[in-house]
Amino acid sequence: MGSPLAFSFAAIDDAHVPDMMRRRLEEGRGGVPDETLDIEPELGRRRMSDLLSAVAQDGDRQAFAVLFQYYAPRLKTYMRKLGTEAAVAEELAQDAMLAVWRKAASFDPSRASAGTWIFTIARNLRIDMLRKERRPEINIDDPELVPDPAPRADEVMVTEQSERRVHAVMAGLPAEQTEVVKLSFYEDTPHAEIAARLKIPLGTVKSRLRLAMKRFRSELGDDLP
Amino acid sequence: MNATFHPSDEFLMAYGAGSLDESSALLLATHLALCPRCRAEVGRIEALGGAIIEDLEPSDMGADALVSVLAKLDEPPPRPQPRCPAGGPSGLPSPLRDYLPADIDALPWKRLAAGIEQAILLQGRGIRARLLRIGAGITVPEHGHGGMEMTMVLRGGFSDLGRGYARGDVAMADPQVVHSPAADGGETCLCLAVTDAPLKLTGLVGMLVNPFLDL
Ligand SMILES: [Zn+2]
Repeated sequence: MGSPLAFSFAAIDDAHVPDMMRRRLEEGRGGVPDETLDIEPELGRRRMSDLLSAVAQDGDRQAFAVLFQYYAPRLKTYMRKLGTEAAVAEELAQDAMLAVWRKAASFDPSRASAGTWIFTIARNLRIDMLRKERRPEINIDDPELVPDPAPRADEVMVTEQSERRVHAVMAGLPAEQTEVVKLSFYEDTPHAEIAARLKIPLGTVKSRLRLAMKRFRSELGDDLP
Repeated sequence: MNATFHPSDEFLMAYGAGSLDESSALLLATHLALCPRCRAEVGRIEALGGAIIEDLEPSDMGADALVSVLAKLDEPPPRPQPRCPAGGPSGLPSPLRDYLPADIDALPWKRLAAGIEQAILLQGRGIRARLLRIGAGITVPEHGHGGMEMTMVLRGGFSDLGRGYARGDVAMADPQVVHSPAADGGETCLCLAVTDAPLKLTGLVGMLVNPFLDL
């Protein structure tokens, strides 16, 4: 393996670039989406998980570079939305992607999509670095863990289909529910800050969240881990 | 046996989104180990997080961002922070075990009232997590709350306001709740409790320093 500094993005095999990402790149240059827009994001998501698996199994740097180009700018936006100043958000986005590289072996495509897994990495890194707190999480090897009642249909395909439905269900929520769901991800203090920001009672925030989660429960069931 | 009483939806959402304080997150994670239903719920919330990230507008990264990260790929990762010694006590789920010594008797237990003792595990952002031991058959005198209280059963059980709570169950008490929980007979009830507003002399803990109690 040569020096990583010798790496050039242009060296990426074209076949490695997911369609979704290529489209985004083109959009960034003023490109116009074509009529295959409806199916492309799914292909992209599928390939994101394939790329992450390639990082996990083969230490594939080109695959990592593609993931970086797609997710790092979005993770930076995520950190910014949580009130982090630009320079720190940039650093957190870079560190999160470095953590993606280091922890790739624990990515299981039957349990989560690449986007979901990368979100959890970035979320935990931020709690660790900015809040200086630990993030308590379950350990799937814990003998005390109460197992899932029925063996999950742990096909990668199921995860992908569920993932597509997540985007669809999100898009179909009433605007007022989408708003509190999204704000839940952008606040460091649950609920009360959302209520203050939207100038609505705390009870209203909770009831909108409950309605949104009920919808997700009924639309997505237990397909997702 | 699976849990019957779960943390409320907004706590599950806050845990999945990453906005919960560490004390509440510890209780949530401990519950998740014992509750497949809530694990599935948090899985859906995390999938939501993934979808939200993917839908965000990209920010401009520094010109050398990718190159500088690629240069770090071969660096040895930082040593993971040491976890608690010797894996903690058996019989308790992993996220909680990480915060405990091998023998929970070694914790700084404080007697609060006859048959009731507590050990503070964690505090921050005005919220505390503690273990509570309530002797078999002990009834906690009626009291109100100055803030939120979440209590999760780890061993034994208790009943409160007509409901029976067993291992894995979470009792959520709003500030308005007035109650008098009673530990089941047979064995000491071990609970993980999280309270906010620790300075108000109300709530279960406030009640426990109430002068009417045997201190
Ligand atoms: Zn539950």
